[in-house]
Amino acid sequence: MSEWQPVIGLEIHAQLNTASKLFSGASTTYGAEPNTHASAVDAALPGTLPVPNRAVLEKAIRFGLAIDATIASKSIFARKNYFYPDLPKGYQISQYELPIVSNGTLNVRTDDGRTIDVAVQRAHLEEDAGKSLHDAFDSATGIDLNRAGTPLLEIVSAPVLHSAQDAVAYMRTMHTLVRWLGICDGNMQEGSFRCDANVSIRPAGASRLGTRTEIKNVNSFRFVEKAIEYEIERQIRALENGDTIVQETRLYDAAHHRTRPMRSKEDADDYRYFPDPDLPPLTVSMADIDAVRDAMPELPDARRRRYVEQLGLPGIDATQLCADKTTSDYFETLHAANPADAKTCANWILGELAAALNAEDLSIGQSRVSPPSLATLIARTRDGTISNKTAKDVFAAMWAGDGDADTIIAARGLREISDDGALTSAIEAVVAEFPGQVAEFRAGNDKLLQFFVGQSMKRLRGQGNPQRLNALLREKLNS
Amino acid sequence: MAPRSIAQLAQDLRARRVSARELAQQSLSMARSLSGLNAFITLDESAIEKAIPKVDHVLAGIPFAHKDIFCTNGIRTTCASRMLEHFVPPYDATVVEKLAAFGAVSIGKTNMDEFAMGSSNENSFFGPVKNPWDSTRVPGGSSGGSAAAVAAGIVAFATGTDTGGSIRQPAAFCGVTGLKPSYGRVSRWGMIAFASSLDCGGVIARSAEDCAHVFAAMAGHDPRDATSADCGVDEYVAALSTTLKGIRIGLARNYFGAGVEDGVASAVHESLRELEKLGAILVDIDLPNAALAIPAYYVIAPAEASSNLARYDGVRYGYRCANPASLDDLYTRSRTEALGAEVKRRILVGTYALSAGYYDAFYLRAQKARRLIANDFANAFKSVDLIAGPTTPTVAFKLGEKSDPLAMYAADVNTVAVNLAGLPAISLPAGFSQRLPVGLQLIAPMFAEARLLNAGYQLQQSTDFHLRTPEVAA
Repeated sequence: MSEWQPVIGLEIHAQLNTASKLFSGASTTYGAEPNTHASAVDAALPGTLPVPNRAVLEKAIRFGLAIDATIASKSIFARKNYFYPDLPKGYQISQYELPIVSNGTLNVRTDDGRTIDVAVQRAHLEEDAGKSLHDAFDSATGIDLNRAGTPLLEIVSAPVLHSAQDAVAYMRTMHTLVRWLGICDGNMQEGSFRCDANVSIRPAGASRLGTRTEIKNVNSFRFVEKAIEYEIERQIRALENGDTIVQETRLYDAAHHRTRPMRSKEDADDYRYFPDPDLPPLTVSMADIDAVRDAMPELPDARRRRYVEQLGLPGIDATQLCADKTTSDYFETLHAANPADAKTCANWILGELAAALNAEDLSIGQSRVSPPSLATLIARTRDGTISNKTAKDVFAAMWAGDGDADTIIAARGLREISDDGALTSAIEAVVAEFPGQVAEFRAGNDKLLQFFVGQSMKRLRGQGNPQRLNALLREKLNS
Repeated sequence: MAPRSIAQLAQDLRARRVSARELAQQSLSMARSLSGLNAFITLDESAIEKAIPKVDHVLAGIPFAHKDIFCTNGIRTTCASRMLEHFVPPYDATVVEKLAAFGAVSIGKTNMDEFAMGSSNENSFFGPVKNPWDSTRVPGGSSGGSAAAVAAGIVAFATGTDTGGSIRQPAAFCGVTGLKPSYGRVSRWGMIAFASSLDCGGVIARSAEDCAHVFAAMAGHDPRDATSADCGVDEYVAALSTTLKGIRIGLARNYFGAGVEDGVASAVHESLRELEKLGAILVDIDLPNAALAIPAYYVIAPAEASSNLARYDGVRYGYRCANPASLDDLYTRSRTEALGAEVKRRILVGTYALSAGYYDAFYLRAQKARRLIANDFANAFKSVDLIAGPTTPTVAFKLGEKSDPLAMYAADVNTVAVNLAGLPAISLPAGFSQRLPVGLQLIAPMFAEARLLNAGYQLQQSTDFHLRTPEVAA
């Protein structure tokens, strides 16, 4: 294995989450009855024309800025011509020579802790095709055009990844980023985020690329990893057996964890790309870019660094909090309300909240306790209203829907007693009740302190402030 | 009796000397009695009931016809192809919508070359149109049905489209006035595409004045067409009366070169002298790259067509072959059986021109030639206001006379350059040669349609060629 170097490049298709399609006013909602979200434009009726949906521009620019790429002031839509039943016009509108985004970089943290800069060659806008429904009818194929015309951003990395694990780390980072930016819902089951992998191998140290194969449409991180791993091994085995690699498109067979040929380059279509004469160049002004830049959210990488460097969070906490924007924004709310206690806020999210969410298989966006509610609860532990231990009970009550922290604390009388008068009268009663134990303590049996704390707490119905109670007890017993 | 202008018909309607229903009825019955011309693919009998002017507009109640390339909601739109023989659009083209909004009454859909590919109207699945001046001759194409219907007096005007001369050439052959507007001036929404970067909707009518009324109703920005020009339109009717004194008209030598019939040349020169009398100054100009127009056009137009016509695959609508054995068989036989020879020829040429390895040599070179041609015009318009020449090198030729496609393409020599440059142009009746009409073409800078209509109107104030009618119209 060591004498071969795998070279991998990924083409990621991220569906942009606009309300309507790239070139028609039809809805992009997933899962509707077949052909109910298909307009005359989507069905390519004679005489219909595409009109670009400007909403995709803002999303593509946001992506370009996030990966520090060049945003083209003028990009061109081109036609990719081929016949297929779910491609209504007989061509797909895409971008070919002048894509909207080019020459970016994505900073990726690998599983084994390295950091790699992955070059993104280009990201271009294109429309999705419809779907062929092969199982819907006997001896006929159905066509559903609901997806036809849905906007996609095709993100093409340079062939700079050298293992299946790094490729998946890149894909995960990209997945986090597009959701973080709010441009794609990232739903892989619905096909909103999918990936083709180009894989080749070459002798370690060689500079020329080997013949590549393309693995089509793999729709989970695990399958991408398996498919690339299989393909690398297959290619190494072939070369070591003296065979040559054929440039071809291969399909991943998830049931058997292997790839199999779909079509070779000789059968490949000549797509006859040419600029779409129905669409003038897409123009982006500096003002357009500035407007998007001004509204850019803090990016995951910058946020993670800030959590470590400025808030003093452990790296692992920062990484977990920045795994997605909803979690990170949850933390931002908690921290804004409790600025001195970043670590406590992190602990709540990664501990108590995560456990509650896991128990019900909820995402953080579906949390039963809102960020402001949890922020208040944390504040009540800070200001001494309740103990940390009580706070966990209060959280459980909040989760169960019993109300907000203050309501529960008041209703259940959980407020801590910190008043010296009340604490002292409880202590005096205990001292009076157990003279023998007092004598023993004073004779040197320190362990009895816990006994006095317990007895005092009992009189205080568990609500005494433990620190203050301890201090007063010592004072009383040692006097 | 001279045919009545749109303005005169509008006056008659206002004065209740005739009703819109009566006009629609007359048009329809004339269309039926002249069915030998084969100018119509579909007649809309319901036009009579619909002919109730609801608006006060010069076009309200005026009978006209749409080229069968404009989609009409609920009325079949065939593009003269077997492929769309039974296609009924669920929507109106913008042009259809606009003219309907002004109350103009469409009595049907006119015949044309299949998918607007042709210069003789012989490429229609529904058979050729006859020239009203001589039924053994072609009316020109591709808007031959529209030109013939106007020339024969069946309708006051008809819509057309012009990709390489398809409004101007049939207008010239039929002795009527045809305006090809600037690219982007008239919405292409609902106008079935042939070559998207060249296709222009326009109008064929008897006179420049009538064209001005119709064009004013058709022109303007349309958000449904991304190539539609987002700039203001002019007062086309008001501009008609402007004097031509001092207007500079450029004459390009190559428009009068070999291949131009003597009778055509002399009729055009006669009209130019008339324009001089009206105060125009004739200036010689040079269009050095004019010879590139035909080869560039016959690469670009087929290339775009090969892609535009890919949607006719037998899958969703249109013709589907019987009992396809496989997907490939469905595609191949549906297209083989339903598309005509010229359409297939252009799809093949265009597919070839866009293929890997040939793209640079054909498509890209043609685009470069296109830029040179546009630059020629831009340079010429630095010193002249209009450019003039014969619309066509010959008068209408005989049906079946041109069996060689290249000879047919050569008939477009004076018109295609204008489409490549996106400019507006008009063909005006300029007299007769061999008792057949001759057309004078005027070309203007981008969006200067008002100047074309103005010059045409002024010329038609001192000539009467536009009022002459063929015998069938009597």
